Amino acid sequence: MYTQGLDQKQKKSVADPGDSPERLAAFQARIDADEKIEPKDWMPSAYRKTLIRQMSQHAHSEIVGMLPEGNWISRAPTLRRKAILLAKVQDEAGHGLYIYGGTETLGVSRDDLVADLLSGKAKYSSIFNYPTVTWADVGAIGWLVDGAAIMNQIPLCRCSYGPYSRAMIRVCKEESFHQRQGYEIMLELCRGTDEQKRMAQDALNRWWWPSLMMFGPSDKTSEHSAQSMAWKIKRFSNDELRQKYVDATVPQADYLGLRMPDEKLVFDEKTGHYEFGEIDWQEFFEVLKGNGKCNRERLEARNRAHDEGRWVREAARAYAEKQAAKDAA
Amino acid sequence: MPRNKLQKTQREEIMSKQGWPLYEVFIRARAGLSHRHVGSIHAADKTMALDHARDLYTRRNEGISIWVVKSADIIASDPIDSDALFGPAADKIYRHPTFYKIPDDVENI
Repeated sequence: MYTQGLDQKQKKSVADPGDSPERLAAFQARIDADEKIEPKDWMPSAYRKTLIRQMSQHAHSEIVGMLPEGNWISRAPTLRRKAILLAKVQDEAGHGLYIYGGTETLGVSRDDLVADLLSGKAKYSSIFNYPTVTWADVGAIGWLVDGAAIMNQIPLCRCSYGPYSRAMIRVCKEESFHQRQGYEIMLELCRGTDEQKRMAQDALNRWWWPSLMMFGPSDKTSEHSAQSMAWKIKRFSNDELRQKYVDATVPQADYLGLRMPDEKLVFDEKTGHYEFGEIDWQEFFEVLKGNGKCNRERLEARNRAHDEGRWVREAARAYAEKQAAKDAA
Repeated sequence: MPRNKLQKTQREEIMSKQGWPLYEVFIRARAGLSHRHVGSIHAADKTMALDHARDLYTRRNEGISIWVVKSADIIASDPIDSDALFGPAADKIYRHPTFYKIPDDVENI
């Protein structure tokens, strides 16, 4: 999902000397009893590290996620659509800030996390490296990308780490409008002219597979699932969530009168689930590595915004400093 | 404390951070309720902290009043002391009304 990079191989972490077997057992007992872990509680160093990585990747994804849709704010077809899109993109910024705030409770600074994003060291979701070439893409993103995000984030509301769980509850409350406005755009296009309907189908064709990739690698190859499940950071596996998403979304496409771009997609009466074709994992790993259509553009845009905002941050700080000096006088 | 020394401390506090200091945000959802902690925000000063808290935490009528407090100014208990602080309350069951046996015939008590 927004933290697919987590599933990549990394160096094995050395156990913190403070992580004695007794402490680890006591910690696991708290998790098993469904207790929440709060910032000042003792936690295994690997639990802290996993959360910092997962939460910061999630926050970065929210921030970079503003770019594909931001592309259409100035060209939204009506004032109503423009106001909606502005509000949605502003929400994404807010979601990034909630999660950065939560991550900071683990003893890292937002400035350091942002620096890692800007240098290209930190990962964010592969989905935001695809271009938004038509207005229908804005509809497809709301419907499919936010739909996938909700599927992933609802279980995170029950995550064992209190600040992450609370941030997710806020995010989920707000995200529902995001998905509905996207579906409404698709509905309007599908009820419109043939050309508009073709545009909707074209957007679906391009966004469907990348949205399935959002759930991360298949369980067979995912690196971090088991431990995250034991710690109740993760509640469902990548494949479980992906299946739920397909089951929920295919009927919505049917209602629109659109076809999923998957020849192998078929409803299995016995299991009650949709079977779907093989995901192009090669594409997924390439995008994650930085070779997607827009990876460079996204990072350049973030770096430019950061650089161009520097004088504002410094001026605000200088003003605060002057006021503090005055107050002290 | 000499004035320039005080200034220097405040200056250091502000400048030592790479960015802006952290504030904790408390929102009163409606009259009659207490302010409740909702999260944190970075800001250069208190005015900006209020503005940012408003933009971030009240986009959907979540509140009618905001408090912001510098995170560094909050004095918090440590979970290590939890037993010493909160343990003693557990064996003082006589502080609860159910500890006392009053005959059913006695009313309004």
